Amino acid sequence: MSSPPEPQAAPTGVIHDLGYRPYAGPRLGERKVAEAFFLTGLRNTYGLGRSARSKVLPMGLLGLMLLPALILVGVLVQARNLLGLDEQIVAYSTYPLTTQVLISVFVAAQAPALISRDLRFSTITLYLARPMRRSVYVLVRVASLTVATFVLIAAPLLLMYVGGLLADLPFGRETGRFLAAIVGAVLLSACLAGPAAVVAALTIRRGLAVAAVIVVLVVSYTVVATIQGISYDSGHESVGEVAGLFSPYTLVNGVQVFLFDSPAATRTPPDGTAMGVLYCVATVLLVAGSIGILMLRYRRIRT
Amino acid sequence: MGVIETAGLTKEYPGVTALDRLDVTVGEGVTGLVGANGAGKSTLIKILLGLVPATGGTARVLGHDVATDGGRIRSLVGYMPEHDCLPADVSASDLVVHLGQMSGLPYAAARERASDVLRHVGLAEERYRPIGGYSTGMKQRAKLAQALVHDPRLVLLDEPTNGLDPSSRDDMLSLVRRIGTEFGIAVLVTSHLLGELERISDHVVVLDGGRLLQSSATTDFLHATGSLLVEVQGRHDADQVLGQALVDAGLAARPAGDALIEVDIRDERTADVVRDLAVDLGLGLVRLQERHHRIEDVFREGGAGSVQPT
Repeated sequence: MSSPPEPQAAPTGVIHDLGYRPYAGPRLGERKVAEAFFLTGLRNTYGLGRSARSKVLPMGLLGLMLLPALILVGVLVQARNLLGLDEQIVAYSTYPLTTQVLISVFVAAQAPALISRDLRFSTITLYLARPMRRSVYVLVRVASLTVATFVLIAAPLLLMYVGGLLADLPFGRETGRFLAAIVGAVLLSACLAGPAAVVAALTIRRGLAVAAVIVVLVVSYTVVATIQGISYDSGHESVGEVAGLFSPYTLVNGVQVFLFDSPAATRTPPDGTAMGVLYCVATVLLVAGSIGILMLRYRRIRT
Repeated sequence: MGVIETAGLTKEYPGVTALDRLDVTVGEGVTGLVGANGAGKSTLIKILLGLVPATGGTARVLGHDVATDGGRIRSLVGYMPEHDCLPADVSASDLVVHLGQMSGLPYAAARERASDVLRHVGLAEERYRPIGGYSTGMKQRAKLAQALVHDPRLVLLDEPTNGLDPSSRDDMLSLVRRIGTEFGIAVLVTSHLLGELERISDHVVVLDGGRLLQSSATTDFLHATGSLLVEVQGRHDADQVLGQALVDAGLAARPAGDALIEVDIRDERTADVVRDLAVDLGLGLVRLQERHHRIEDVFREGGAGSVQPT
């Protein structure tokens, strides 16, 4: 250790033989980097570019989401005249609520995979030591999760829409309802991904994060649906309408009812303009609030 | 222009001053950053990356101000953190490609560069296995690869030899040396093991308690005070006999432990005197080598905790 330094001496016992080649090619700007980050995140949510094992759950859930839609479409196409059907058996706007457990499990499993993982392994340090800003990191992570959730929700809707057209349902009406449902799917994805990302960012241990997101999503929906049922039966419908603000599923369904006059999936959809506006405001607050909390959370992260 | 230049750089946390009016200039080649735990090394690196704002003073990296141009600096600098930061469930290859993209490389270029740097750091077939199964040495190599993937002009290596066994440590050190020389990338490397930095650094910066203790070329540290280490055999008290003879000859000699004698170099003939005396006394001269002062002497003599303005 105390021998004099020999800068000229060739290092021995090292594997490499080719010299170092500097990189002279193009370097991409902030937008392209963010795009690449977004795509990687989106692919990872479905297990693409990850181990075979991590593909099982998201792909399985996507399959389970599509299965009922496939059956519905089959019945619609084959037995339309027999059963005298002239519209979708299950409304587009109702489908996400029917399959809410599957969606919640997907979000609960993938939010920690995207968000807690970087914190648990401190990989966030390697991102922050690169040009991308913290706020961009947060927004892109949430965007990846939102779009992944959107794909899960919208895929069966698309299947039903195509099936509906094959079954000769009126084109204009179906397209209108479908587009309204797609807007609803965007809102629902954001309303699920935002809070799930917050929970995942605050709960670094993966198992806990999964459980916490499931509790937040499934339990809130169950409680809200129960209150709505009781309030409907006992005639206090305004109680149910207010309760509907507290689960992303009932909240977004209410917005769809208010904005697009979609069929309601709950017993107590928002009634009147004031309540409808309140639903819209609550949706915006939920998404913006989640992102705000995430920004605060990541500002506090020491590298 | 220096690669890194700080002027009056100060960082105060509530109740703690992590950096205290630091003036440091770092040039090309390998620069060692020495200091005990808590001396401010990691804080300095984070400020240089623009990740933590300084509370006073300025710092420029590659000509860019850390306070206003952090993004630009981070695209030109590679950073190898001290602590664990690798996800367990991806392979080093996938991770380094991804992080290359995050530094602005197009996908195809990131793949090629990742393959290159993984070869340079010595990760062979195992690069395709999940990092969770890696040894500490392999993880350190993967961490180094991600710092190099975008061909930075400066790399900040925080304790790259942490937790390595002696042979992996030697590999890592010669790799760091090569980055600074062959690769032509400026290196700022921290360590609390001073002997390591002696071997690989052109320049050493010593921090103590957030202040600059000393900053000079490594050779200055090593040759500041020259003395010879002498080992003789032939009789059981050979060292004492020779030591006495040296003192009688007017040289400053003292026992240096393990039957070694340390003799201050008076002029270029000192070694000859030692040799001749050993021959005259009929002793076998086993070792006659220049004793290099180690960087740690700076701490001993400068008195860590006290401050010596440079």
